[in-house]
Amino acid sequence: MQPLNLLLLTMLLAAVAYVLGSARSRTLAMPLGGVRHLKSLPGYYGVRAAIWCGVPALVILGLWAAFEGKMIQSIVVGTLPDTMIPDTAGEASLLMSKIGNVANGSLPPGFVEEPVAKAAELLQVLQVQSKIYMTGLVLAVALLAGFVGWVRIRPLLNAREQVEAILRWFFFACAGVAVLTTVGIVFSVVFETIRFFEQVPFFEFFFGTSWSPQLALRTDQVGSEGAFGMIPLFTGTLLISFIAMLIAAPVGLLSAIYLSEYANKRVRSTVKPLLEMLAGIPTVVYGFFAALTVAPFISDLASAIGVEASSQSALAAGLVMGIMIIPFVSSLSDDVINAVPQTLRDGSLALGATQSETMKKVIFPAALPGIMGGLLLAVSRAIGETMIVVMAAGLAANLTANPLETVTTVTVQIVTLLVGDQEFDSAKTLAAFALGAMLFISTLLLNVIALKIVRKYREQYD
Amino acid sequence: MSTVSSTITNKMQAPDDKAMPVTEDKVMPVTEAKPEQTVLEEGVTVGTPFADDPKFKLRDVEVFYGETQAIKNISLDVARNEVIAFIGPSGCGKSTFLRCLNRMNDSIDSCRIKGSLLLDGQNIYDSKRDVVELRARVGMVFQKPNPFPKSIYDNVAYGPRIHGLANRKSDLDDIVENSLRKAGLWNEVKDRLDAMATGMSGGQQQRLCIARAIAVSPEVVLMDEPCSALDPIATARIEELITEMSESYTIVIVTHSMQQAARVSNRTAYFHMGHLVEVNDTSKVFTTPEHELTESYITGRFG
Amino acid sequence: MTDHTSQAELVRRSLKGRYRKERRFRAYGIVAIAIALAALVTLFTDIVGKGYTGFLKTTITLEVTMDPDLMYLDDPTDPKQVRMADFVAPLVAAVGRALPSATQDDQDALRRLINPYASSELRDALIENPEWMGTTRTMSFLAHSNVDVYVKHKGDAAYSIKLTDQQQAWVDDLRARELVETSFNDVFFTSGDSRDPAKAGVLGAIVGSLLTMIITLVLAFPIGVAAAIYLEEFAPRNKLTDFIEVNINNLAAVPSIIFGLLGLAIFINLFGMPRSVPVVGGLVLTLMTLPTIIISSRAAIKSVPPSVREAAEGIGASKMQVVLHHVLPLALPGMLTGSIIGMAQALGETAPLLLIGMVAFIVEVPEGLFDAATVLPVQVFLWAGSPELAFIERASAAIMVLLAFLMSMNALAIWLRKRLERRW
Repeated sequence: MQPLNLLLLTMLLAAVAYVLGSARSRTLAMPLGGVRHLKSLPGYYGVRAAIWCGVPALVILGLWAAFEGKMIQSIVVGTLPDTMIPDTAGEASLLMSKIGNVANGSLPPGFVEEPVAKAAELLQVLQVQSKIYMTGLVLAVALLAGFVGWVRIRPLLNAREQVEAILRWFFFACAGVAVLTTVGIVFSVVFETIRFFEQVPFFEFFFGTSWSPQLALRTDQVGSEGAFGMIPLFTGTLLISFIAMLIAAPVGLLSAIYLSEYANKRVRSTVKPLLEMLAGIPTVVYGFFAALTVAPFISDLASAIGVEASSQSALAAGLVMGIMIIPFVSSLSDDVINAVPQTLRDGSLALGATQSETMKKVIFPAALPGIMGGLLLAVSRAIGETMIVVMAAGLAANLTANPLETVTTVTVQIVTLLVGDQEFDSAKTLAAFALGAMLFISTLLLNVIALKIVRKYREQYD
Repeated sequence: MSTVSSTITNKMQAPDDKAMPVTEDKVMPVTEAKPEQTVLEEGVTVGTPFADDPKFKLRDVEVFYGETQAIKNISLDVARNEVIAFIGPSGCGKSTFLRCLNRMNDSIDSCRIKGSLLLDGQNIYDSKRDVVELRARVGMVFQKPNPFPKSIYDNVAYGPRIHGLANRKSDLDDIVENSLRKAGLWNEVKDRLDAMATGMSGGQQQRLCIARAIAVSPEVVLMDEPCSALDPIATARIEELITEMSESYTIVIVTHSMQQAARVSNRTAYFHMGHLVEVNDTSKVFTTPEHELTESYITGRFG
Repeated sequence: MTDHTSQAELVRRSLKGRYRKERRFRAYGIVAIAIALAALVTLFTDIVGKGYTGFLKTTITLEVTMDPDLMYLDDPTDPKQVRMADFVAPLVAAVGRALPSATQDDQDALRRLINPYASSELRDALIENPEWMGTTRTMSFLAHSNVDVYVKHKGDAAYSIKLTDQQQAWVDDLRARELVETSFNDVFFTSGDSRDPAKAGVLGAIVGSLLTMIITLVLAFPIGVAAAIYLEEFAPRNKLTDFIEVNINNLAAVPSIIFGLLGLAIFINLFGMPRSVPVVGGLVLTLMTLPTIIISSRAAIKSVPPSVREAAEGIGASKMQVVLHHVLPLALPGMLTGSIIGMAQALGETAPLLLIGMVAFIVEVPEGLFDAATVLPVQVFLWAGSPELAFIERASAAIMVLLAFLMSMNALAIWLRKRLERRW
């Protein structure tokens, strides 16, 4: 049976267990004089029975479905003669897809070596068997556990407490998903990064000024060594982020100030949603706008005034990224400015200060830490932004500060290295994970600092 | 019953105001008055609400927040260099009325003000009137001490700086020192003028706010319950200060504490649900109030 | 008194300069808002201007004679014959008849007026209606994408017209006789991707997005709500809880591409899940949107006043009953609003999906959670990268479709908030 169908069937069984469980509790309560002599309401007995029936079965089903593929693969590969055991992960996946193709009939067995054909047969058998075992085990566990749960219903059993305890654990587990995600991120970049540094020296990666990961196809080819210096990527990222912040910080901040201090209700309620609309536009749309409208416009404009500009200039990507970040900056500054107590505003106005004097000399200095925190968050966002730069910035890793030239960024390189066919162990693929690790660490640092500042700031005025 | 009739007999009429709608037919007949419910009439204030050469001349003032009317036809004079206290139960409109005097209600969109409010004969709410100049002349001290998150020096120097009152650093230093002396704070802070104002005690903060307000040499200082957030000792210091200040400033103080009003003010105005019920010399208000509601309030029947 | 007067004079003198500064500062604010709004307007006009033609298709109406000799076909019900038959010839002949000026040498030029897929349309029509054999019928076909570009963008310098002068003259002629026409592009909404811009559509991407969103919704909403309930109602104040909270706040600010790396390393490489499928996409987007949903759900729970809790606890309800019976129903509108906004974010997300292989060229409309699929934003990305302007036009049109989905989701969120949210 397919896992999805099995899942539905198990849930159906759990539903049946619920009905039977609550019915049994009612039956047991009858001679005692009614439901109120039960320790808990009948529904709780039903839920308890359903949990007994469903949860263990679903756990088994999940584990089986997750590890089935890997287990079968290792058994199948184990039957192959030693000479055919693949050395690298890349070869292994190639071999497995070959075996798989034979097994599902898209490649006739005659076309491959005999051990492979045998392995394919085995694969077919194992796949069928695995499904049967899985179905049997899951259904058996569901029925058995459900029955045990049903039998153990007693009037004095506090089903409510048990159900609530389980629910509480479920809630806890859900909150734990966030931690697991972080662990998963660390786990997924750490190992590949370590393997990357086995192939590429530490020093070269952090201080190398040239980046050209295009490894040769054949190992004996001339120039098969790529260059993995991340300096040009980070400077490129910083250049584009800098341009973006140059737009977003003043525009975002000033519009927040205008909206919170000057605009009347009507203007505020029209302009604010419009600004928020900018935040809701997907990044791919900004990328499209940057690559197909802004970049050609800038290069035309530059050539019209006699300056040479690349058709994938850092300026185009930075400008559009700046537009994207405007609402982010403005809504964060808005929060921060509104958190400054009204009493300070009153104090300054009562002395005869104008609104702009109050803003510049009292509110802004008071809000500064919060605004800085918000700007740091915006920088972190600019550094991690992917689609705009993938579409509008180039691939050439130039070490330059000229906004009219092409630069590339960390995120662009991650995408370029990982989209399309990859070899698992090549330095190229691993480099993407190493870059990912750097990106994660730098944005994490920025976020932690920024959130700390913002939180400190909030507590000051709470 | 008898108190109601005393309301009638002591009722004063604004001498120079044609718009005052108080006539005999508005007087509530004694028979119709219910014993527990005292009648409040718009624009009727007992006592002595008017002065000869007023600093503020306020006539028929009405304040609305959206649809609700917070101030109902109040007429009052504030004399030069007097300390007048506004008292009354919470929500009676005394703070709202105070904030009209330097247009602090301007920042509230839904707030509308009617009537004539004159400062030295000039309309406060005239469209050509400059609010910055007005506030430089009418300073304000708030309920909660609100020092800016700056140094003590910068707090006091803020007003003179924005108004361009000092040309030289030494002038500014003098203004700061004088203001702090007047606020009785100089000896406590003269060695730490660069310290953050927010690190001071509550009483010191409030005196700093007073110093900050008088640094621009206002003619009037409005005080909105300046001691409500302070302990008794700090309160005593502020009250002393108010008494000293009364020599050179006109002071309007809103207070919740009747003792405070009795201690610091020359005249006392009693507000009730948006009405100005009674204005009299402070000693008279606290010994022989004319209006029944005033009496109920000062004897603690509500408040 | 003199002190007061001189002071007032000083203040009055400073006023002019100060009000100038005030006006300037206010102007800065207005300029800033104007810049932001101008960017918004430019963006929208640019997209619409580039893409509205994507909603138009160009068709060519022909008198097709299904001549058995020309087609080498007697019996359309015989698959063998159909495989060997020529369905292009009758179309070319029909175009030739429609254009008397064309000669025998112009066969190739004539063929390039019709869409390459027209022949298979004719084949399918014949298999369905074998009795049409030998008759002449009036049928409409998609025009060649070069004709489409010519008809829609004649005179637009940005587009290069790939038709010869003679072909242009023919198309003008056919257009004058209303044989070449533009109409609403239903193909765009009923087909998957294609190498031929005239045949390319967003249905595959929409279905892919839908499947991915189903997974995301089914996982992210309950997990997010449960996590929020735990953190707000049950979590003890200790180091672990603090750690979880810090984690969630930081995850909300982690770049989305990092989640793509996670998906690639954990779901695909470690668990051996297939690439390019909605399930993996949904899982990755679930992890990405969870922080948003948790944060907004917590805010919704926080806004339920303690009096409700106290009232329920006061009549002896257990903590869990208080939460499930009272807090949760009251907080649900807020949670839904937050989740819809989170889902809208996920729907527009591209970067992580590139890494898990949802960037393939896929013609088929996916039918299940494990079918290779792409999603709307990735489809935009794919088309935007094409050198052909006809695809750029499709990309713009796809953006409009995407924005329409996002706007209706946001409108739904706003409506829900207005409709259901209580003010305390």
